[in-house]
Amino acid sequence: MRDVAIIGVGDTRFGELWDMSLRDLGIKAGLAAVYDANLSGDEIDALYLGNMSAGKFTEQEHIGALIADYSGLTRDHIPATRVEAAGASGGLAFRQGVMAIASGMQDIVVVGGAEKMTDVGDVLSTEIQAMAADQQWETSFGATFPALHAMIARRHMHEYGTTRDQIASVAVKNHKHGALNPKAQFQREIKLESVLRSPPVAEPLGMFDCAPVSDGGAAVVLCAMDKARKYTDTPIKVLASAQASDTLSLANRASPCRFDATTVAARRAFEIAKLEPKDVNLAEVHDSYTISEILAIEDLGFFPKGKGGEATADGQTTLGAKLAINTSGGLKARGDPIGATGVAQVVELVHQLRGEADKRQVTGAEIGLAQNVGGTGATVVVQILGRVN
Amino acid sequence: MAVARFWRENASRYNLIGTKCGVCERVYFPPRSVCPTCHRASIGKMEPFKLKGEGEVLTFSIVHEAPSQMEMQKPYVIAIVEMDEGVRITGQIIDAELDDVAIGMKVRTTLRKVSDEGDAGVIHYGYKFMPL
Repeated sequence: MRDVAIIGVGDTRFGELWDMSLRDLGIKAGLAAVYDANLSGDEIDALYLGNMSAGKFTEQEHIGALIADYSGLTRDHIPATRVEAAGASGGLAFRQGVMAIASGMQDIVVVGGAEKMTDVGDVLSTEIQAMAADQQWETSFGATFPALHAMIARRHMHEYGTTRDQIASVAVKNHKHGALNPKAQFQREIKLESVLRSPPVAEPLGMFDCAPVSDGGAAVVLCAMDKARKYTDTPIKVLASAQASDTLSLANRASPCRFDATTVAARRAFEIAKLEPKDVNLAEVHDSYTISEILAIEDLGFFPKGKGGEATADGQTTLGAKLAINTSGGLKARGDPIGATGVAQVVELVHQLRGEADKRQVTGAEIGLAQNVGGTGATVVVQILGRVN
Repeated sequence: MAVARFWRENASRYNLIGTKCGVCERVYFPPRSVCPTCHRASIGKMEPFKLKGEGEVLTFSIVHEAPSQMEMQKPYVIAIVEMDEGVRITGQIIDAELDDVAIGMKVRTTLRKVSDEGDAGVIHYGYKFMPL
């Protein structure tokens, strides 16, 4: 297996981008990444694109060919592949790109992620997101996507004594980070009381516990490590990319308080990278809901089970602490254009590892981890990236 | 949801029929064609198994933002119920005050209207839970 490097990154601002279509988002992010990688465009061997539900959101399928076409990549007829795993679509697309290069089949690939969510109304948008859960046995009985996470939260509170305030502190912390990210959907700090008083969506979770509906795109350029220096002085190495699955329904899990797919993907990733959780300086985790971040930092091995809420409220995951979680603002403040999210996590890690994250820079960042989740943990991808010294 | 799809999928929704693995005797709901524990050995040995319909609340949420087909029911309680046979089922809890619903509460299934597709649209029936 060959070593893989990231040689370019690009993204759009996340938010309600009324002037941009799905193809605008994908192309803007992709071209920015190609430009950043100092490519002419002729070197690209393949395109992988993460997208959850273009058909439902924009009535357009066949997104791989669409983005390849309008990115100007049809002259050489390179393969373009769309990858879907609900919220983990972007992370999975990234992993496909990594495998393509590691195997030796391709030398340079572009991995993009994009979702255009605001072409439909809020109710429909939430229903489309819920298609990541089991439509036949969960959603159709009234378990909305927020309600599934609310049930995780309530059981976590019951089993471990996690408090409502601790859960809400995830949103406060991520908005604090988002305020330092000029591309975040929300760039304002919020108070704990605002989270607690936000309108209930699915108790115990309220509106400020939920990541927003967003439009956005993100892209990276991957290259075989032995060719990377030709294009950049600061290649970032993909130390590991691991994936795991679990039951589609939350009800069928051994426990609703943990995502075993996160634990397994993380264990595989740390083994491949020959690292441990304590070696990680920063992580982008999948906080589609506040409680999701608490599960993530526990299941990844950063904190003992049941201690994630306490650690967050205590500031142990805030920028400046030994381990910074979601410096981009996370899904909560940066925004969550579903298919783009897993790629955007990688973009943030690359900015941090290159030392170009400006006001939100993690001092001396050497190792970064991304955890991208589909549904209520039925698919999880974990990437570990490192600086090359 | 199209009529045919709903009709095709509803046997277990009405009768709480799951499956039992003839090899390890684990019970599953919804039904499965292959046992996740026994794999190949279970093929052809997964038998229909009717649940008694009683269990207790493992966790729950009070839903305020409902899907369009359940708009008229909100706020409603959705729960994961651990059935006496050990399997867990996701469904609504009805005939209880919102404040009275708690983890550990004993419930049993009942056949109810679950959702509807608006005026003159298809009505979807299935199980809900009520206090025991």
